[in-house]
Amino acid sequence: RMAEDVKEESVTSNDESDLAASDGSLNNTMLTEGSCLLRRMEISVAEAEKRSGKNAVSIQETYTVYLVETRPMDAIAEGHNPPPDSLWRRYSEFELLRNYLIVTYPYIVVPPLPEKRAEFVWHKLSADNMDPDFVERRRIGLENFLLRVASHPVLSNNEMLYHFLTKEHGWKEMVYETGFQAKADSRLRALSATFRVRSPHKRLVEMKHYSDGLQSHTSQLLRARTRVADRLYAVYKVHGNYGRVFSEWSAIEKEMGDGLQSAGHHMDAYAASVDDILEEEEHYADQLKEYLSYAEAVRAVCRKHELSQFELEMASQDLISKKQQREELATGIVRTFSLKGMTNKLFGQEAPEQRDAKLNLLEELIAEGEETVKEKTAECDEHAEKAWADIVRFKDQKDKDLQEALINYALMQISMCKKGIQVWSNAKECFLKM
Amino acid sequence: MPNSPDSMVNQFRLDEENEEEQQGAINKDIFVTVDNPESHISAIETFITYRVVTRTTCSEFDSSEYEVRRRYQDFLWLKSRLEENYPTLIIHPLPEKFVMKSMVERFNDDFIETRRKALHRFLNRIADHPILSCSHHFKVFLTEETTQELAPHRKLGPGFLSRMSETMRAMANSVRGLRSKLEEFAVMQAYVDDFSNKMCSVDKVTNRIIKEHREYMDELKQYGPTYFQWAESEELLAEPLKGVGSCVERCSKETEEQIQHLSEVLVPTLHEYVLCADTLKAVMRRRDNIQAEFEAKNEALASRTTDKEMLDFSNLCSAYGAQAVATATGGLNDKERESKKELKFENVVDQLQEEVDDLADRVEQANNALRGDWSRWRTSMRADLKSAFISTAAKNVDYYEKCLAVWESFLLSQRGESMEQRNGADAS
Repeated sequence: RMAEDVKEESVTSNDESDLAASDGSLNNTMLTEGSCLLRRMEISVAEAEKRSGKNAVSIQETYTVYLVETRPMDAIAEGHNPPPDSLWRRYSEFELLRNYLIVTYPYIVVPPLPEKRAEFVWHKLSADNMDPDFVERRRIGLENFLLRVASHPVLSNNEMLYHFLTKEHGWKEMVYETGFQAKADSRLRALSATFRVRSPHKRLVEMKHYSDGLQSHTSQLLRARTRVADRLYAVYKVHGNYGRVFSEWSAIEKEMGDGLQSAGHHMDAYAASVDDILEEEEHYADQLKEYLSYAEAVRAVCRKHELSQFELEMASQDLISKKQQREELATGIVRTFSLKGMTNKLFGQEAPEQRDAKLNLLEELIAEGEETVKEKTAECDEHAEKAWADIVRFKDQKDKDLQEALINYALMQISMCKKGIQVWSNAKECFLKM
Repeated sequence: MPNSPDSMVNQFRLDEENEEEQQGAINKDIFVTVDNPESHISAIETFITYRVVTRTTCSEFDSSEYEVRRRYQDFLWLKSRLEENYPTLIIHPLPEKFVMKSMVERFNDDFIETRRKALHRFLNRIADHPILSCSHHFKVFLTEETTQELAPHRKLGPGFLSRMSETMRAMANSVRGLRSKLEEFAVMQAYVDDFSNKMCSVDKVTNRIIKEHREYMDELKQYGPTYFQWAESEELLAEPLKGVGSCVERCSKETEEQIQHLSEVLVPTLHEYVLCADTLKAVMRRRDNIQAEFEAKNEALASRTTDKEMLDFSNLCSAYGAQAVATATGGLNDKERESKKELKFENVVDQLQEEVDDLADRVEQANNALRGDWSRWRTSMRADLKSAFISTAAKNVDYYEKCLAVWESFLLSQRGESMEQRNGADAS
């Protein structure tokens, strides 16, 4: 459902930036700036299948593959119904794509994948990754991921994404060849270290705090909902015992027998109805889980900016100290304490040739340093600007999606109430016949 | 809530269409209420008394209105007296003395209220009963002003001795077994055993349902606040989040009411019928004992009669012989002795016959009483349980209807909101 809206949304929101293709010429399947992939390509994750094979360490394993189907939009628009192109992808390949996108676009809130392992599981639901219900919900989640990425104004233009959708073999190698892994590793190391930024970006820091809040609120809600689901399940199922007992009781009664027997059937129906009710609620939980993961993505963007900011501050600091060194060397006046200054005092200054060599070196370094600072400043500002733009986009999307999710939840509750009214009215009719 | 005796009279008059009520209430002229529990604290003990108000047009009563105070012990006394005098009538059960397992304090308000209602039902069932309502002890219970009056009656104890002998007789009978149980009572016994099992099961299931409902409600109470907490850090989403949170809150309140209804309507009724099943078993036992007593006496009579016949025969045989001996020894004593023996035998046999006839009557009476009361009981059992289940189902429908309204009004508010938003967006 959400995917549909995303499709629609992308169609309307991209109207202004999509001037190049607005004349309707969708024949062009080459990547054009500003247009989004989803306008040109229908994407779906149609099926899931179990496979067996030997893994990297030659151990037999079972895993699930998902069928990614694509069809050109222009052909569909013209009324043809071409068969889709398709290829199979594993969850790990989706993960690879996402990791690549995260590293390549550090200022973008990259849509999350459906959960790797089942979490917030109420007791009846299986926590087994091979469970068909779990696989089905994951299929939907993966499709949702692709649709979100393919409708994103920036992400949808990525070449690796295009190849993910179209090139079954060799795609992984292609991604690794970009060398993103190395960048990812160094980034990861840097991000795990604690560092303090002197002049933090106010709005991004606020956003980071917001994302922390979003994460804790959604997980609290999900946890509480799981417990409620467990209890609701118990309430409904216990009524099934009425079914059994009424049926036994009706056997020894004459006038009351029929009424009791049929009331018992309704109790059985009531007990059985909870399975569908809770299965539907899982979709609501999935929508919340998506935003739980989104919170993580937002936090990452803010942290990466902090890192950039920190690196900039380091570079600036370095430049300042080099300039100071130059001044000291040039004027001979030691402003700040330094080992060089001390040794000079103790052992006398060095020869003028040495000093000149040093000065020249310093000048070079300073020139480099100034370039670095300029680059890093630009980088940092650009990062902040782009990040904020995407965060604004994210906020709007979040508000819209979650409002819809809440409305859907209300609809589910309404449906549950209507079923309850039905069953108990029927039971009442039976009791009247007792 | 019990009605006052006055309004009950009115209710009865209006409700003439109800055949079942008419059946039992054609002679209904005693209206009783039990209310106004008060605690009495003395040096020795603390107990609760209830006010028992009676309004009656029955000529057996000297006045038309009575008000007395009774404690639980007094009700026990009444029940025992009735059981003694009418062993095979089905007397509605009293609430239990003390429910250990529920850990409820004796003077807890809910406990007292539940008990009061049960006592009210107990007295009204007796007042409705065509035979029991005429009981002398019932009259005493309703009318004797000071509990001092009841004391001498009380001192007789709850029929301890009679219970003892009953038990011993029952043991003896179970050893010898009944000669022939009428088919109808065998069927009745089988039904009673099954009914008892079923009532226990339904009672258990209902209590389990209440337990699960409570736990569900507790979780809902934790769940609602998570929406409110989240709303605090949101702008646009704050309102719909709070909306859902308050829906959850209201639904948990409705669940609370649903639980209360179950506890106040269905549980007490089911519980009473679990106790009823025990009453029925006791009634059947007493009937069996009466029959067993008769059979025992009958057997004794039969064997004495046989002895007597044999004696007659041997007398006849020895008559000639004795005659010869008597003539020989000259002893009239033997003959005298013989006739005395005969006489004694005849007296014993005659006496036994009388007793047997009495007991036969008793059996007949007991069986008839039971038969009559059996159909009465079945009718009121059906009415009681039917009404309790209907009420429960209706309450559940009501619960879901209320929750439905809550969520629908939320939906309406959201749809309205989004309409506004869209209009606003278009305008800009």
